[in-house]
Amino acid sequence: MSEALNELGAHIEAKRPDCVAAWEVSLGELNVDVTPSNIVGFVEFLRTDSSCKFSSLVDITAVDYPERAKRFDVVYHFLSMYQNQRIRLRVAVREDEMLPSITSVHKSADWFEREVFDMFGIVFSGHPDLRRILTDYGFRGHPLRKDFPTTGYTEVRYDEVQKRVVYEPVSLVQEYRQFDFMSPWEGAEYILPGDEKTEEGAK
Amino acid sequence: MDGSKGFDDAQTGEQQIRNFNINFGPQHPAAHGVLRMVLELDGEIVERADPHIGLLHRGTEKLMESRTYLQNLPYLDRLDYVAPMNQEHAWCLAIEKLTGVEIPKRASLIRVLFCEIGRIQNHLLNVTTQAMDVGALTPPLWGFEPREDLCIFYERASGARFHAAYFRPGGVHQDLTDKLIDDIEEWAIEFPQKLDDIDSLLTENRIFKQRNVDIGVVSEQDILDWGYSGVMVRGSGLAWDLRRSQPYECYDEFDFQIPVGKNGDCYDRFLCRMAEMRESTKIIRQAIVKLRETPGDVLARGKLTPPKRGEMKTSMEALIHHFKLYTEGFHVPAGEVYAAVEAPKGEFGVYMVSDGTNKPYRAKLRAPGFLHMQSMDHIASGHQLADVAAIIGTLDIVFGEVDR
Repeated sequence: MSEALNELGAHIEAKRPDCVAAWEVSLGELNVDVTPSNIVGFVEFLRTDSSCKFSSLVDITAVDYPERAKRFDVVYHFLSMYQNQRIRLRVAVREDEMLPSITSVHKSADWFEREVFDMFGIVFSGHPDLRRILTDYGFRGHPLRKDFPTTGYTEVRYDEVQKRVVYEPVSLVQEYRQFDFMSPWEGAEYILPGDEKTEEGAK
Repeated sequence: MDGSKGFDDAQTGEQQIRNFNINFGPQHPAAHGVLRMVLELDGEIVERADPHIGLLHRGTEKLMESRTYLQNLPYLDRLDYVAPMNQEHAWCLAIEKLTGVEIPKRASLIRVLFCEIGRIQNHLLNVTTQAMDVGALTPPLWGFEPREDLCIFYERASGARFHAAYFRPGGVHQDLTDKLIDDIEEWAIEFPQKLDDIDSLLTENRIFKQRNVDIGVVSEQDILDWGYSGVMVRGSGLAWDLRRSQPYECYDEFDFQIPVGKNGDCYDRFLCRMAEMRESTKIIRQAIVKLRETPGDVLARGKLTPPKRGEMKTSMEALIHHFKLYTEGFHVPAGEVYAAVEAPKGEFGVYMVSDGTNKPYRAKLRAPGFLHMQSMDHIASGHQLADVAAIIGTLDIVFGEVDR
């Protein structure tokens, strides 16, 4: 299985060296890092090349790494029903960078790109209808970014007096519980009250 | 150009005709959940369909990032709540792929057994309610009875009728009793008879055929363009089934057929689902025979799964292990993985990025219904308004998974 993937990876790199930044086979899956500007041409190549035939788009999503300069990884999954292979493309983009839309090659990319825009705020240039898709009408922010709190900023309820739905800032009765399961012997630095004095005394 | 400004050249009333927009849903019974669809109608012909999804969005993927792998498992049940265990399966497979855990044979067989039960549950609901959408009342009444039996099997195995949380990374939660296995077998012997009953109601029914034949035809190019999977592919004659083409679990040991349609219309998809239920019944019966021959543990004991109850009563190590597993949870090695299963609705996939801690860094759930829903505009355009209900029915949409 992985031999065939290795062959395929080498074939793709040989055919389109300008697009492929790196490729590897890990856990029985082929990963290809692609440069943002070439994505449309590369996807088109994958779809039409006779030894690839990745004609079905399986998924588009993104992963947020706030500490990186190129903050987002946009991840594409393709499937070839003819060759019975899968491939994963990763495109690293900066926060202020636009990514070309692949809707011209795969119509099914439409909603996936809308979802990625909705959840991460990555803008796809050339997309026919880049609206929010899953979040509420008039929602603000991009929920799947790591700096977006899980509780969100607003909450919705039906107001008996005004007889309509009202939006209010989130007020939590109890702090959102995030447990730190790190063992005190492996890494977590717990500062016990009073301990700082011994440190100062040592100096 | 809706004619509202008036025309100077002629004064006929016909020139005031304009397309009519209607709001289909969000509370329409044929919308199979909370779908709001803006339909632009020219008379009774659908010109454009714009589905507004997200009314059931619960932020599952965001919630998953702050919970451990095991705590996340029940969220999978709540995606496609018609066949919950099939989703759990994808989650477990993804974790097992990353950690490299081999599950015991018996657990694997139990998983196959319950995945097929899930498939029948799904198809029973889909076939019969789709029939209701096009005007038949009796099929759902007949179909829900065997479905209820299946829910009871779920309950006897896991303790919950729907949200089972039964498949665990490393196996299944508990072993099945011999009585339950006997009962499932008895059910599987009787079930084809009940399918024949539903068959006799629908398959040659004149009204049912009028409403479904040549409606929502899907071609091979559509399948590729819109990324279809599952019955939407097989209804059009492509024998694509992940159970056969990319076998996971122990599906390669089972003998079953992949039913395919010919015309790719709503009627063929209905026939496919009926045939798939018969095939699933076959798999269930084979799985039961194999289960009787394979005794043993149902969890890969190790760092992923808790120790046995009896051990915990005597061994301090086992007790500590159990405590750590259910508080901190297990750690998954860093890496990314995509695991897909042939869920009843199509390819359900889990894309998981792990950073080596006890919580997934990012989990993306790839729902087949999302892509099927997306192509609504493409399929429904040019059809009558009444066909929209029939098409939504055979697309097999459940909003738990579309909206996530």
